[in-house]
Amino acid sequence: METAFTPYASLIGGALIGLASVMLMASHGKIAGMTGILAGVIPPAADDWSWRLAFLAGAIGAPALLVALGVMEIPFQVPVSTAAMVVGGLVVGVGATYGGGCTSGHGVCGMARLSPRSIVATAVFMATTFATVYVVRHVIGA
Amino acid sequence: MQKTVSALVIGAIFGAGIAISGMGNPAKVLNFFDLAGSFDPSLILVMVSALAVTAVGYRLVFATRSSPLCAAKFDIPTKRIIDAPLVAGSAVFGIGWGISGFCPGGAIPMLGLGNVETPIFTVSMIAGIVAARTLRQRAVRLATA
Repeated sequence: METAFTPYASLIGGALIGLASVMLMASHGKIAGMTGILAGVIPPAADDWSWRLAFLAGAIGAPALLVALGVMEIPFQVPVSTAAMVVGGLVVGVGATYGGGCTSGHGVCGMARLSPRSIVATAVFMATTFATVYVVRHVIGA
Repeated sequence: MQKTVSALVIGAIFGAGIAISGMGNPAKVLNFFDLAGSFDPSLILVMVSALAVTAVGYRLVFATRSSPLCAAKFDIPTKRIIDAPLVAGSAVFGIGWGISGFCPGGAIPMLGLGNVETPIFTVSMIAGIVAARTLRQRAVRLATA
């Protein structure tokens, strides 16, 4: 399934992700890592679950609002099976919990403050993602 | 109250960023990682842009403020040791990202768009978080028993 190169949208979207990360540090003093924020509202929830729930509500609400108001269309294409979503979700949840973060927590916030743990984590998960996609598409799927 | 409202707004900026960037589109994410196939380099620009803004912004925040606006102190991870759970967990995380095309930050903002794949992925991911959390706590209890 081909997707078009979208340099401007990706640069602008990335800048907004960065802006949100900076704002969350300035206001709440927290790392904007989606795994940590989500884990904090899953029972037994963290003591400070209310701002986490508000963050999640904003994150879910904004794209829906952009579409509802006709501001933009959000391309959404799924080239994998439902089974891949079930297995992938489970593996992502386990890995991000043991690894202490995901693309947003390690890849953006941790890398931005040059955390050695986040640099290692990001290098490792980027490598295994490249390897997995290669195996799925060109070894198993060949 | 201020803390909750500001988190809602910040979450909205994050979600809009994910939606605009293409990070929440599994086909686009997987194409970035498919160097030997239908390669789409867009995601490197998302990462570079997010990283540049965050690196500069964090420096400004830490240089101008001794504490955050709505909390007592900056809550920043202090652990520096590279241990086995970090490396193994991150390796496993990448396998899941490569199977599905979804990472946590990419998936959550797509929950309100009416597709079936995102809720399926999210429920499964929550099950994974709960399972890993339970196993880890049990391991800690065994180690300290």
